[in-house]
Amino acid sequence: MTIASQDGPSGKVGDPRPVKLACRNVWKLYGHGAYEFIQRRNGKASHAEIVEAGLIGAARAVDLEIRQGEIFIIMGLSGSGKSTLVRCMSRLVEPTYGRIEFEGKDLLSISDSELIELRRHRMGMVFQNFALLPHLNVLENIAFPLSVQGVDRATRIARAREVIDLVGLRGREHFYPRELSGGQQQRVGIARSLSTKPEIWFLDEPFSALDPLIRREMQDELMRLQSVLHKTIIFITHDFDEAIRLADRIAIMKDGEVIQVGTPEELVLTPATDYVAEFTRDVQRAKVISARSIMRPLGRSQHAGTVSADARVASFSAEIVGSKKPFAVVNEEDETIGEVTPDAVIRLLAGVDQSGAPA
Amino acid sequence: MTVVAEPASVRPRGSYTWPAIWAVALALVLGLFLARHQLLWAAEYPSRAIVPISQWIGAIMTWLKVNLSWFTRSITAVLGVPLDFALDLLAKNFKIGTGADAFILPRLSWVGVCAAAFLAGRAYGGTRLALLSGGLFLFIALFGKWTSAMLTLSLIAIAVPFCIVTGLFLGILAWQQPKSEKYAVSPLLDLMQTIPTFAYLIPMLLLFGNSPVSAMIATAIFATPPMVRATMLGLARVPAEISEFGEMAGCTPRQKLWRVLLPSARPTLMVGVNQVIMLALNMVIIASMIGAGGLGYDVLLALRALKVGEAMEAGLAIVALAIVLDRVSQAAAYRQSQYHGEIVAGQAFWVRYPNLTLAILLLAGTTLLGTVIPFFADVPKAITFTTAPAWRIAIDWITVNFFDAIEAFRVFLILYVLNPVRAFFEGFPWLGAVFLIGLAGFQLGGARLAALVAALTAFCAITGLWEKTMATVYLTGISVLLACLIGIPLGLAASRSDRFEKIITPFIDTLQVLPSFCFIIPVVMLFRVGDVTAMIATVAFAVVPAIRYTNHGIRQVPPNLIEAAVVSGCTRRQTFWRVQLPLALPEIMLGINQTILMALAMIIICAMIGTRDLGQEVFIALSKADPGRGIVAGLAIAFIGIIADRLFNAWSARARSRLG
Repeated sequence: MTIASQDGPSGKVGDPRPVKLACRNVWKLYGHGAYEFIQRRNGKASHAEIVEAGLIGAARAVDLEIRQGEIFIIMGLSGSGKSTLVRCMSRLVEPTYGRIEFEGKDLLSISDSELIELRRHRMGMVFQNFALLPHLNVLENIAFPLSVQGVDRATRIARAREVIDLVGLRGREHFYPRELSGGQQQRVGIARSLSTKPEIWFLDEPFSALDPLIRREMQDELMRLQSVLHKTIIFITHDFDEAIRLADRIAIMKDGEVIQVGTPEELVLTPATDYVAEFTRDVQRAKVISARSIMRPLGRSQHAGTVSADARVASFSAEIVGSKKPFAVVNEEDETIGEVTPDAVIRLLAGVDQSGAPA
Repeated sequence: MTVVAEPASVRPRGSYTWPAIWAVALALVLGLFLARHQLLWAAEYPSRAIVPISQWIGAIMTWLKVNLSWFTRSITAVLGVPLDFALDLLAKNFKIGTGADAFILPRLSWVGVCAAAFLAGRAYGGTRLALLSGGLFLFIALFGKWTSAMLTLSLIAIAVPFCIVTGLFLGILAWQQPKSEKYAVSPLLDLMQTIPTFAYLIPMLLLFGNSPVSAMIATAIFATPPMVRATMLGLARVPAEISEFGEMAGCTPRQKLWRVLLPSARPTLMVGVNQVIMLALNMVIIASMIGAGGLGYDVLLALRALKVGEAMEAGLAIVALAIVLDRVSQAAAYRQSQYHGEIVAGQAFWVRYPNLTLAILLLAGTTLLGTVIPFFADVPKAITFTTAPAWRIAIDWITVNFFDAIEAFRVFLILYVLNPVRAFFEGFPWLGAVFLIGLAGFQLGGARLAALVAALTAFCAITGLWEKTMATVYLTGISVLLACLIGIPLGLAASRSDRFEKIITPFIDTLQVLPSFCFIIPVVMLFRVGDVTAMIATVAFAVVPAIRYTNHGIRQVPPNLIEAAVVSGCTRRQTFWRVQLPLALPEIMLGINQTILMALAMIIICAMIGTRDLGQEVFIALSKADPGRGIVAGLAIAFIGIIADRLFNAWSARARSRLG
């Protein structure tokens, strides 16, 4: 539990962006008498105690802070509680204990009508199996959330057309969901969730039902959209590669517990448990690890080029190995803070740990 | 050591106990059966101890009639308004004013209605369906059954929307409050569907009078349950994600229900609508006995006068109507929006609904023409024809040439099959039956089920209806046995050959849409009235589920299991007996369950042709307007159905859970 609340070592404490959504000791227990059980213990219970009480802990003592504009990924295998947790955040599932804070305001204490308002204007969600309404065509599906709000027809059609252009579905406005491929259906799902211009965007395994090629294409599409829209994204996946590709930060869940939160690089370099290490083992490290992590103090050697401290090794590995000379590492203020040697890069690419042992 | 020994000793005990218990129980009951002349009270329920439930119900109904008739009669008056309108519009002409100087507004022209049927078929299913529905309506007109058919159709047209709306709201209620579903709605639905249709008619007659409105209300009660079930099922089947999307889009609970859940459940709802229409047709035909008129009344009159030709014609008109209603409503259910064009606000009505506009224009045009040209107002006698003489000649020919063979067959069945079985059943001690059925309930579903089925069985005895109950059970039992002997092999054959399935499908589809009434007519022609006729008609009516479920059950065995069997070296025969059949058995049992319920419903209707059982009891009560007697007999019938249903379902559920 203490591990769960820790912030990464790489200065995230100083992240200037405000906290958009926070979970404070959130519990979701299933079973008879779950509410009394956790109330009586004031929000503290061990795994053994829960099992003994005959309950199932879908989310246990979850503490998370999601900052504005970041892509926050909740990653875990099936049954780890990630879907339950994200549904607690949007109150599709009522947590058994704890607080969910939306911009500091407790989401669990607001009224039904406030919640409806919040969902209408500030939250959007994309579902694994698309959840498109079968009786509406693409345009009507996308305009549906606006129509529920009572937005007039002309405005909502105009807005729907805007997002249709945004996700590249022009020309398919009058198709029905059953006439579209999986990838196109999920584009509709994405467009629909964006039609209300939400601030928080929940994506519940949005690409898991798609085949690998389409999945990759959609991941690129998501990155493109995010570069334009700057939403706060909470993204669920069971695919660690997907998590690494997209994430600013990742929370890894197991048995309802968040066992580590950190950037992909932190998870790879300092896994909190063997379980996390197991996930990160087959990751292509060069794509995750930044220049900062493998640099050494400045020596007297000549530099063949400069890289930024946050640049992934994969982005300059070919050049540095080709030049056979170290590169200078610069921080955001353009000050040189160290250097990276071709040797270090080769060791990393070859999968040899800095300590010399194979990873 | 003990841990290891335990499972080994438990298993044999479990598998030998029940046969032993059954052997003892059967021996006991056999002893009771043999000693039935000594232990009279156990064999025949003592008449002194009969609980006069029928008199109590009769008293309640009388009280209701006296004290509530102002209420029920005003319901009659209110519901009479739309019904009269529909009747006038389709069948009877509007009469404004009274006496000789009344102004008469004509009913819709038959030409227009046929055209509308054609257009409805075109709108939902294309040219083939259009030709079918238009053609069958024309057929009804040319047979001279137009007015009767339109009477029947207008009753359906008013009853069906009523059933759909009521069913939808009840279904929503049951879905929103699972408790009300479990304790109120589900038992109510079971009862509504298992009480024979006749038994409904008596209280309706008493409360709402001898009018088409009574028939309509009885129809509504009978035809609503499938809509309730379809609504509950449809809502429960909406994927969780769609429901969650509704919430995340910020729907209010009402918006979520009406704009997300119900539209997503549309296919299931439409199946319900189709069933409502077919049940309503079936019931309207039966309800003709209490003043609904229409095609059912034609059949009834003809049957009573033993005019088989006329009965056959009216029956064929019912079949034609049934096929049109079924095919068009099914096509409407499966049709999905195809419209890819832009929906422009303010688009003209006739552009959006070309078929509907055309239908309205044609109806109005031909009806107006009808005021001038008689051809359009009424089907001219000159172009109608009747096949009744042909039917009569055919029957006469068969009777003359095959009378001996048919008669020999009939007498053989009665003497060597029906009568002995009947004697056995009617002599069966009621106490023994309660005991055995209770035991079966206990084995299959535990103490609660045992108590339920034993109590329901006992009800049939303590109301003094034991002998008639057993007469019903005997006839139903024989019919079900025959239906299974015919249906299951056909189902198996269909499951093993796609070609055979294709051949047999249209037949079972047609058998399924025919109102139960229609099965009696041809059989009566050949076998006259009596138990043999009832049995044959029932077998024909109830064979469909046995075929259909068997076929489906075998076909839905996962192909990878069959592949696994083939790979492990099973012959075709072994694959069938050791893999397909055991896996399909639960489904086949459900089919038999359906067959039993349908057979029971049919046996009761066969009371019209002189069977001596609970159906006859209801029939007598109907003619004497004795609601207590009719309702108790109706309940006894319903309880037979419920007992069979519960036992079979418990068995099937157990088999399913064993298969995982």
